[in-house]
Amino acid sequence: MSQTKWEVVIGLEIHTQLSTKSKIFSRASTAYGAEANRQTTPVDIALPGVLPVMNKHAAELAIRFGLAVGAKINARSTFERKNYFYPDSPKAYQITQFEVPIVGEGELEIDTINGKKMIGITRAHLEEDAGKSIHGAMTGKTGIDLNRCGTPLIEIVSEPDMRSSAEAVAFLRKIHGIVRYIGISDGNMQEGSFRCDANISVRPFGQDEFGTRAEIKNINSFRFVEAAIEHEIERQIDLIEAGGTVVQETRLYDPDRDETRSMRSKEEAHDYRYFPDPDLPPMVIDEATIEAIRADLPELPEPRIARFISEFSLSEEDATLLMADRQSADFFETCNAKTTAKPAQVNNWIHSELSAHLNKENLSMADSKIDADALAGLLDRISDDTISGKIAKEVFAAMWAGEGSADDVILAKGLKQISDSGAIENIVKEILAKHPEQVEQYLAGEQKMIGFFVGQVMKASQGKANPKQANEILRKLLSS
Amino acid sequence: MLDHSLTQIAKALRDGSISSVELTQLALDKADANARLNAFISLNPEQALTAAAAADAALKAGNDDPLCGIVTAHKDLFCTKDILTTCGSKILSNFISPYDATVIEKSNARHLVSIGKTNMDEFAMGSTTESSYYGATLNPWNTEHVPGGSSGGAAAVVAAGIVPVSTGTDTGGSVRQPAALCNLTGIKPTYGRVSRWGMVAFASSFDQAGVFANSAEDAAIMLEAICGYDEKDSTSIEKQEIDFKSDLNQNLEGMRVGLPKQFFNAELDAGIADTVMAAANELEKQGAVLVEVDLPNSALGIPCYYVLAPAEASSNLSRFDGVRYGFRAEEYTDLESMYVNTRSEGFGDEVKRRILVGTYALSSGYYDAYYIKAQKLRRLIANDFTTAFEHCDVILGPTTPHTAPKLGAVNNDPVSMYLEDIYTVTLNLAGLPGLSVPAGFDQNGLPIGMQLIGNYMQEAKILNVAHQFQQATDWHTQRPANIGGES
Repeated sequence: MSQTKWEVVIGLEIHTQLSTKSKIFSRASTAYGAEANRQTTPVDIALPGVLPVMNKHAAELAIRFGLAVGAKINARSTFERKNYFYPDSPKAYQITQFEVPIVGEGELEIDTINGKKMIGITRAHLEEDAGKSIHGAMTGKTGIDLNRCGTPLIEIVSEPDMRSSAEAVAFLRKIHGIVRYIGISDGNMQEGSFRCDANISVRPFGQDEFGTRAEIKNINSFRFVEAAIEHEIERQIDLIEAGGTVVQETRLYDPDRDETRSMRSKEEAHDYRYFPDPDLPPMVIDEATIEAIRADLPELPEPRIARFISEFSLSEEDATLLMADRQSADFFETCNAKTTAKPAQVNNWIHSELSAHLNKENLSMADSKIDADALAGLLDRISDDTISGKIAKEVFAAMWAGEGSADDVILAKGLKQISDSGAIENIVKEILAKHPEQVEQYLAGEQKMIGFFVGQVMKASQGKANPKQANEILRKLLSS
Repeated sequence: MLDHSLTQIAKALRDGSISSVELTQLALDKADANARLNAFISLNPEQALTAAAAADAALKAGNDDPLCGIVTAHKDLFCTKDILTTCGSKILSNFISPYDATVIEKSNARHLVSIGKTNMDEFAMGSTTESSYYGATLNPWNTEHVPGGSSGGAAAVVAAGIVPVSTGTDTGGSVRQPAALCNLTGIKPTYGRVSRWGMVAFASSFDQAGVFANSAEDAAIMLEAICGYDEKDSTSIEKQEIDFKSDLNQNLEGMRVGLPKQFFNAELDAGIADTVMAAANELEKQGAVLVEVDLPNSALGIPCYYVLAPAEASSNLSRFDGVRYGFRAEEYTDLESMYVNTRSEGFGDEVKRRILVGTYALSSGYYDAYYIKAQKLRRLIANDFTTAFEHCDVILGPTTPHTAPKLGAVNNDPVSMYLEDIYTVTLNLAGLPGLSVPAGFDQNGLPIGMQLIGNYMQEAKILNVAHQFQQATDWHTQRPANIGGES
């Protein structure tokens, strides 16, 4: 196999569940994990006579996505029926947006090994999720769970702009980050809230027309996306080099065997008989609604990283790290605004002490036991020399354990730094008297011994001596 | 009493001459006495008598609703809690809905007492009520003839004097045509007037509930009860004025009545043409101005309708798959054969025919030639009416090209059956309101109906014309002979 001869062409279709409380066309709850078929109304089980009513919030979330990727929002979009028989599709059609999606063209920048690259977004449309067929729970029978049926989705369709599995993963991660950052989806891949199909083809470098593509269905982890695409590329190249031809088909990735296998060929492809859903008039979105959603949109990661670098002098790496989720970035900004400490120090505390505590208890930033205001209170006490950085860690731990604000803890534990020069001088005298040998060494020119003495002073004062003062007094006494 | 006007019955319920329970028992007995008409799929005497007792209590407490305690019957495609909703189909022969249709809720809220569910063509597909899994309904005027369809049972129960009003649905003429064939006043309002929630869908963009009554006045009272915006139906009209009675007594001075030249064509029975013209002359006598109007695309109504309605039906009826409710075939070996056997055994021929036609029309490669083309024609047909209403206030024409056919005469010839809808389907294509009123009888004593078509939301206007016509004529007061039981 000679991968170097072949150019890979990949397009993705990403399905993202929207975090609405109720379903897209019914009032049933969308919460995950309920007992089978409990989260259904007559609409979800497609009883005779029921009708869909569009959940406006789902449309707002879709628009939010469109605005976040700078895409066109269609003022008038349509709902169509996609007809097919399957037990987990109770109406035997899916309501989707076929002719005119709510979100039109947009584009998104990704990082590749060759630098930045723009990936086109063809469209993003609203549709309803299907239920689930449960095989194996009952002998000889298939169970149907319609809880997921009607959960709102947006399907984000990319242009075939990606040229490697790495680019595909980068794009998928970017979309994943955005949907979570702007709060339209929890992006939980284990629970199926975020999943994708990949359209893959290969062609000799320099050829203009695309090769025949295969579609890999329902990939639900970043690792599988990469593995599935890699495997499919290899399969297609092997096939062509062995004199065969790729046939247009839908394939399913099996992560256990690390292979894709054919689900259905083009000939077996469904004729979905799309037509406008007569139960749902076209959805009309006015400019005021779009503007209200735009106004409510948070500052997006890209410009925010740039601002963090210029405004707070953070490194690109630190700023990017903070942007991994919106809560961290918000935490940083709130804390920074409240404290006299420098931005770099705020950043350090978030990524060291706070992260360590969160990780240890497997908490997300939103669940942090110390909020941005409280951390600011702590950092202020370092800045005004009430406590040292070292003592601050002890205060932090106590705050985490629920013992109150930084000031409460400092007071209760008597951790206030000793800044009385007389008191420090007494400790210094004691230390120097105890360590005559080291004094000799210092006087003989070993300047680094000063560190040893500071350490001893801090130890003797249980960390409370102001290290700067201790240093000054030491130098003064040793030179006298 | 059962064939009196709603106003008279309402008065009787209040002056102590009859109670709602007595009225209900009378209706139930009369339904039994006329069982040979096969007008009901289900009777629900227990629930009816309980509801009647509640109505009597309300009456006693001073309820002044003109419908309180009146008996009625609903077409068997409105979903009803606790009793069967079959749509005249084997595939729903065991189906009991866990919820009530909005029409049912509204009727119940008015203390209307429903004694049962009426027979219909399977899934409302037909013009004779012969395609019902439960057998044909007979026309009370002549039991060798059909009552029309698809709401044939709903028409027969009022024509036979079992109940004074009933509900039906009209997708291509299914209220107006049986009303014409059974000598009733039947109205289909503007699309979107009545919520479709709980009305089992045949063709969603055409389906609209309507009512059967003995007069325009009763139809107006009953229609007011079921109209209204419903947030559960995205196609229901949000802002609508519901007053169909206030204008009934306006005189027709200066009312411009349009006669579409295309409706008086070769297909129309000469006797019906004469009858409708006589009716037009009566209106003219009352001060109306007759004008000829042009509906150039009306001949395209039938082909257009018989592409679009089956297309929607093919998708709407896909949910009947035997998986969750309804009939499931006993013999099957896998999922595919369960679907195939269930639907092959569960649907009748006419339903299957329309599913096949609709599926074909939506198929890749044919969609543009059929579905899209028909949608364009639909727009042209609607535009014809818009233009016509620039020259007239209401449109008058025949409801049907012929009077009631004999049982079996058209049922086995789908195309000639479809052509019976020629004057009614165009309204459904345009979404306009229309009604049929009794206008005379043919030489065999079978009723002839005339159709009044209104502009959007102008039900009050066509009801006004119908009422004024009925003030001067007595066609609508004629009752069929040979009806069993007491009224």
